[in-house]
Amino acid sequence: MTEITFRQALQRGLREALDADPNVFLMGEDIGKYDGAYAVTQGLLEKYGPDRVRDTPISEAAFVGAGVGAAVAGLRPVVELMSMSFSLVASDQIVNMAAKIRYMSGGQLKVPMVLRAPTGGGVQLAATHSQSFENWYASVPGLKVVTPSTPYDALGLLRSSIEDDNPVIFAENALLYATRGDVPDAEYFVPIGVADVKRTGTDITLVGWAHGIVTLMAAAEKLAETGVSAEVVDLRSLRPLDMETVIESVEKTGRALVLDENWRTAGFGAEIAAEIGYRSSDYLDGPVARVSGTDTPSPYSRPLEQLGIPQVAWVIDEIEKTYGI
Amino acid sequence: MYTRGQVRGFLHLYIGEEAIAVGAISQLLPHDYIVTHYRDHGHALARGLDPNRAMAELFGRIDGLSKGKGGSMHLFDTEKGFIGGHAIVGGQFPLAAGLALSHQYRKSDGVCVVFFGDGSTNQGTYHEVMNLAAVWKLPILFFLENNLYGMGSRFDRVRAGGEDFYPGAATYGIDHAAVVDGMDVMAVQEATKLALESIRSGNGPAFIEAKTFRFQGHSMADPVKYRDRSETETWEARDPLNTFPRDLLDQNLFTEAELAEIRSSVDAEVAAAVKFAEDSPFPPDEELFTDIYA
Repeated sequence: MTEITFRQALQRGLREALDADPNVFLMGEDIGKYDGAYAVTQGLLEKYGPDRVRDTPISEAAFVGAGVGAAVAGLRPVVELMSMSFSLVASDQIVNMAAKIRYMSGGQLKVPMVLRAPTGGGVQLAATHSQSFENWYASVPGLKVVTPSTPYDALGLLRSSIEDDNPVIFAENALLYATRGDVPDAEYFVPIGVADVKRTGTDITLVGWAHGIVTLMAAAEKLAETGVSAEVVDLRSLRPLDMETVIESVEKTGRALVLDENWRTAGFGAEIAAEIGYRSSDYLDGPVARVSGTDTPSPYSRPLEQLGIPQVAWVIDEIEKTYGI
Repeated sequence: MYTRGQVRGFLHLYIGEEAIAVGAISQLLPHDYIVTHYRDHGHALARGLDPNRAMAELFGRIDGLSKGKGGSMHLFDTEKGFIGGHAIVGGQFPLAAGLALSHQYRKSDGVCVVFFGDGSTNQGTYHEVMNLAAVWKLPILFFLENNLYGMGSRFDRVRAGGEDFYPGAATYGIDHAAVVDGMDVMAVQEATKLALESIRSGNGPAFIEAKTFRFQGHSMADPVKYRDRSETETWEARDPLNTFPRDLLDQNLFTEAELAEIRSSVDAEVAAAVKFAEDSPFPPDEELFTDIYA
């Protein structure tokens, strides 16, 4: 075991893939000479050269779609978007090309591409740079969407994503890059589509993903102080979605709270809450509790911005309101 | 078949533009890629895709090229390097760049040809990919089929840059840019040959603009109210399906009897394709759920 950051975990995964498979190459805006906007690809151009670490023009539709083209030709591109917010510019290539070309060709083609992007808000980048569209992509058949919360999961999921023969949206919450965690020195994989119980408990199930897990783990600590034993389930991927692990936990604890850091209306948390209610209502002591970001654009000013982002206290309050514990 | 209800959805006919697909694709190597737009039947047949399976695809049958899941606008055959049939205008450019990049990455002499219409030149992807391809010197042939109309809008109603598109290629650093009569199959063939030679010798992308015209409406749903019949007639007089055989006769390369034999063999091929499609069953229900993930 070695303690490394989320960022180092990702870089390790990229280096391994570049070492292991000549068909793997990276491309994106300023991932080479600049070393990457979030420094995930730092030093890689020097080591692997410009054919395998390709700086692109600021043309998201062009280079995301080029990733699809290279992937259907049998290469394994790992494409970086500088922000998940910028994926909208390339969303036609993601939704209409990457996700559809296999189906529309009757299974003749496959798209082994990973699309990495920093995502989320909380660092005063204002409304257009603080969004998490992985939630949207999670509703598109043909895509996989992974949302790691720890360095361990980031590395294990990146390995699985690069080996996957389907287009994978790899969402990296930017608040996590500097977080630290233990990672085994030996190779391991985290399968896509398997949720993880990050903390066991008996009184309530807290469901979330990515940076939401940081908030839920802190909330679980706080709840323990008042004698409430919370179980934290980390979805780890939004598509495929492991509802079995969630349901198993909910039916054990009899209470559920879903944290979605993004917009509440038609958000991914709504899907989880609906599914829990549909499948496990007989086991629940009350309605499924929901905490989500406010239905607002993300403002620049720090106090205003923080008002819109779910805090530990929101989780505690919501549990008390819903279940009286 | 469309009017009989066997083919549904959108159907965009290539009638009038045949000389382009035939002339251009005749110059490709087996390992070259082709990417095209939704008016894709001509390119598919010119590349040698099985007409039976193409027709079955239009009929939505299981023996179609894409098992009936793609339809008329989305023909694919990976064995022929035919990577679609794409129905979002301009959506095919980035894909073509990636296919070309795969050839470059593997140090192959392969090329990707991307066919597109004048309508797609107003999409951002056109400009993005022209730039990307030039910066990376990708082995890609941009082949503009300028049929003057993007659906019902004549090019000069949606473009202030004049009637010629090919001079614009130079502004991206694409030096090999040519214009050709798209109604002349031999001219298209020659222009393509020169462009491919340039690309294969490592000069990066090339650009060809073929002037052409679609004799039918945009799709079967189009009543063609936006242009005069006389304009169509002017172009129909230059129909390559008439002019080319006439040239062959004039040059004594073929006899009337030989041409008649070719025509009847084509008729037989079409009839056989329709029969094949009619005999093919619709896809079984479970096909709804397959081919989503590899």
